[in-house]
Amino acid sequence: MLQDAARLKITRDGEIVLVEFTHRKILDEANIAEIGDQLVALVENEHRPKLIISFAGVDHLSSAALGTLITVSNKVRNHDGQLRLCNIHPQIFEVFVITKLNKLFRIYPTIKEAKESFEAQGKQSVT
Amino acid sequence: MRRMRLEKTTATRGSVGPSSATHGLWCRLEIPSDPKRVEEVEETILSQCQRFSFTDRDLFALKLAIDEAFANAVKHGNHGDCEKHVRIKYRVTPRRADVVVEDEGPGFNPASLPDPTADQHIECTHGRGILLMRAFMNNVVFSPSGNSVTLTKFNDSTRNKTEHSIAFG
Repeated sequence: MLQDAARLKITRDGEIVLVEFTHRKILDEANIAEIGDQLVALVENEHRPKLIISFAGVDHLSSAALGTLITVSNKVRNHDGQLRLCNIHPQIFEVFVITKLNKLFRIYPTIKEAKESFEAQGKQSVT
Repeated sequence: MRRMRLEKTTATRGSVGPSSATHGLWCRLEIPSDPKRVEEVEETILSQCQRFSFTDRDLFALKLAIDEAFANAVKHGNHGDCEKHVRIKYRVTPRRADVVVEDEGPGFNPASLPDPTADQHIECTHGRGILLMRAFMNNVVFSPSGNSVTLTKFNDSTRNKTEHSIAFG
């Protein structure tokens, strides 16, 4: 485990970094800013980051949190990395659909499928 | 200092919100302009909704909409000034919940906001709160000045029963 901060649990599997939330609600702007700062710092320390953010256990999400996810996504892209989201509760997934951010982010049902998407892309780039 | 004033008043029919609501009491809260205080507002209102068996989806929707309205009031209405307050007025009946969120700002014109789902705005990091309120509530009405918004959510559990009784007698 790289870090076990108050609101984020961060683990590494090879070159993939997995971020999980330790709180059910991602609402409050101060907490969201703190989470955003941690994620941005994480990405900046990685070379071509492969980042998975799992929303398992998260049952509420605000528009401010969506803004932070976009900031993280842009940061990952600027570092030639890749971002995957997974384990999103159906009600929260509806938030992504309404805002059309389901088209901006690559979203997978499970961590396993999110990891496999990196591998599949890696194989494609070799062939 | 933590301060939340709670008053209950007899509803003045037609003064706020849709005219079909009848017997509920309007309750008022005055909350310091601090984004962290939204949780107690949500707990107060949602506990009333739970008494009337609002569905989980209704509760999710109300929590989301109240959070967005309160965040807008604190950030854009009161400009983060913790000396200012957000005034909440709510009424919960078996059929519906109405929540009015008012700030001390000059207001704004919601029609002037860009569509956050448009291609040119899709990567903006803000501007989705009102879209979500409108998507998850049955009705969202801004006051003419724009410094107050009324959120209305019908109780889906009673609506389903009503529809069932109409269908089957």
